[in-house]
Amino acid sequence: MARIESEVGKPQGGLMKWIDDRFPFTKTMEHHVTKYYASKNFNWWYIFGVLAFVVLAIQLITGIFLTMNYKPSATDAFASVEYIMRDVEWGWLIRYMHSTGASFFFVVVYLHMFRAMLYGSYKKPRELIWIIGMLIFLVLMAEAFAGYLLPWGQMSYWGAQVIISLFGAIPVIGDGLVEFIKGDYSISDITLNRFFALHVIVLPLALIGLVFVHIVALHEVGSNNPDGIEIKENKGPDGVPLDGIAFHPYHTSKDLVGIIVFLMIFSAVVFFAPEMGGYFLEHANFEKANVTATPEHIAPVWYFTPYYAILRAVPDKFWGFVLFAISVILPLFLPWLDRSRVRSIRYRGWMYKSALTMFVITFFMLLWLGLQPAEGLYVVLARIFSVLYFAFFLLMPYYTSRDKTKPLPDRVVYHG
Amino acid sequence: MDKFKKFAGLVVLGACFATSSASAAGGASPLADPSKIDLDNIASLQRGARNYMNYCSGCHSAEYVRFSTIGKMLELSEEQLVDNLMFNAEKTFETINAAMPSEAAARWFGQPPPDLSLMARAKGADHIYNFLRGFYVDPDSPTGVDNVVLAGTSMPHVLWELQGFQEAKFESHENEDGSVTTEFKGFETLSAGTMDAEAYDDFVRDTTNFLAFIAEPIRQDRRKLGVWVLIFLLFFLVLATQLKKEIWKDVK
Repeated sequence: MARIESEVGKPQGGLMKWIDDRFPFTKTMEHHVTKYYASKNFNWWYIFGVLAFVVLAIQLITGIFLTMNYKPSATDAFASVEYIMRDVEWGWLIRYMHSTGASFFFVVVYLHMFRAMLYGSYKKPRELIWIIGMLIFLVLMAEAFAGYLLPWGQMSYWGAQVIISLFGAIPVIGDGLVEFIKGDYSISDITLNRFFALHVIVLPLALIGLVFVHIVALHEVGSNNPDGIEIKENKGPDGVPLDGIAFHPYHTSKDLVGIIVFLMIFSAVVFFAPEMGGYFLEHANFEKANVTATPEHIAPVWYFTPYYAILRAVPDKFWGFVLFAISVILPLFLPWLDRSRVRSIRYRGWMYKSALTMFVITFFMLLWLGLQPAEGLYVVLARIFSVLYFAFFLLMPYYTSRDKTKPLPDRVVYHG
Repeated sequence: MDKFKKFAGLVVLGACFATSSASAAGGASPLADPSKIDLDNIASLQRGARNYMNYCSGCHSAEYVRFSTIGKMLELSEEQLVDNLMFNAEKTFETINAAMPSEAAARWFGQPPPDLSLMARAKGADHIYNFLRGFYVDPDSPTGVDNVVLAGTSMPHVLWELQGFQEAKFESHENEDGSVTTEFKGFETLSAGTMDAEAYDDFVRDTTNFLAFIAEPIRQDRRKLGVWVLIFLLFFLVLATQLKKEIWKDVK
């Protein structure tokens, strides 16, 4: 907008220029939003990054309101949650959004990670984005675990008991480590207080910091796309990738559609099935933590069960813990395990396609097995699928380097 | 759009699977009739509240439940609350306390009677419904009764005047490996109560309904609100889709 009259002594260019002279506002907006070019052929698998961001926002905002009424104390915690559910205005909505958000965070993040595996988004030059993403995932697991203790229900207490005691399997330092985590000889008020501190300050801060770095790294190298080819290799005379379109308004307007669909599914759970049949809010967690009574069947929340199934599949406690830890960390090495010349599954051969299909089945089977009691056929199945889980990663250098690949196109495939 | 539909379908399918395959906590019970409660039936809930205050609240607290909430949601005036339900409470904002002191109860029954605010969410309405119908005479038990739903329960048959006493028929048979399986084969009435079986089931159903209500008083409200939220989002989705189409029309 041109200014018709400008007086001497008045700043030229208005408020924006005044700010831009002092802070790179326009520059930052252009770099990350209005002139960040991402491929036009994104499919709906590319929605989960932005959805993870939406869920993070939901969790942060509802979390702040929950802390206003929650009491981190072994005697009051359970009652304060019921106080929020019954007496705080709209407290039930805030709480259900937060508890549903926890599960949806994992749904969205798992699908986001699977997208990277479909289209080779972790491959060079995006290894660091993937590593930071894996760190986000680890912090998220810790965040969810700490948060699950806070309602101080039976499953909060005994679930935490089971998971924390896992660290006791580590030789020499194990017992001391368990005591260090608990801050006491058993899970107590002290444990609850420190988990609260971790859940509302330490881990969210780490999460926000890592998400920031994740996005900065992404915007440095640019987004991958379903064809797995570099759009930066075909630039127009203006230096803009020919297949790239600006994040805003193009991708934002498309993301908005995805966000609304997500919110519909999310609301359906919040308003009609907040317990999700006992998977999002476990039935036993409606009983206050009771140190003297163990629940009939202790299972972690569904998003931990794939790894929990691997842990239980191993007969030895120490090695169970080792394999459990490795199973969580292993995807971190995908950029170096994958030796394929192409990124996207569209141009890969039958070997990777079958391996990935097997992996999806394996992941769901382990998730389900982790929810079942560790007995009989379940144990046998858990062992088979644990082997398959590790085989997918450890054999990857072999089958990805031998797999026949299809020739890559010069430009991304887009049908309008 | 097609792929997206497929994906959305998958998500919904997954959600259905999760809800349908899950059952309330607790193992298989020999008595597992559906409770058929109706949280929209205010009259049933009012009767349930009366039953609860007359038969349960002597021993069982509902420490998170306020009389004012019951009054507001079950369409009862303050007068009606005070006259009919608030036997040991002064103000309507008070919560439901048991008449019996918890320490004494623990001494008499071996453990304090559990708080019932959330029992329906912890165990499921069907569990409560069948538990209250599952008492049978057992001379070896200190209370004179046992329960087919919760064997070894320390709760006496509080509702015996209404239901009367019944005997449980069990059938034992030896398995191939030598172990013995005992199967519950139904009840036989020993002495009739003031209610016939049907009236007693209705009485228990109302009580169960009330327990399900107090476990989550806003349940029906949230479902009503949820419909409006989804309608709003649907409307928003139509607008957002049109906006996206308009913005993307020059992308080739």
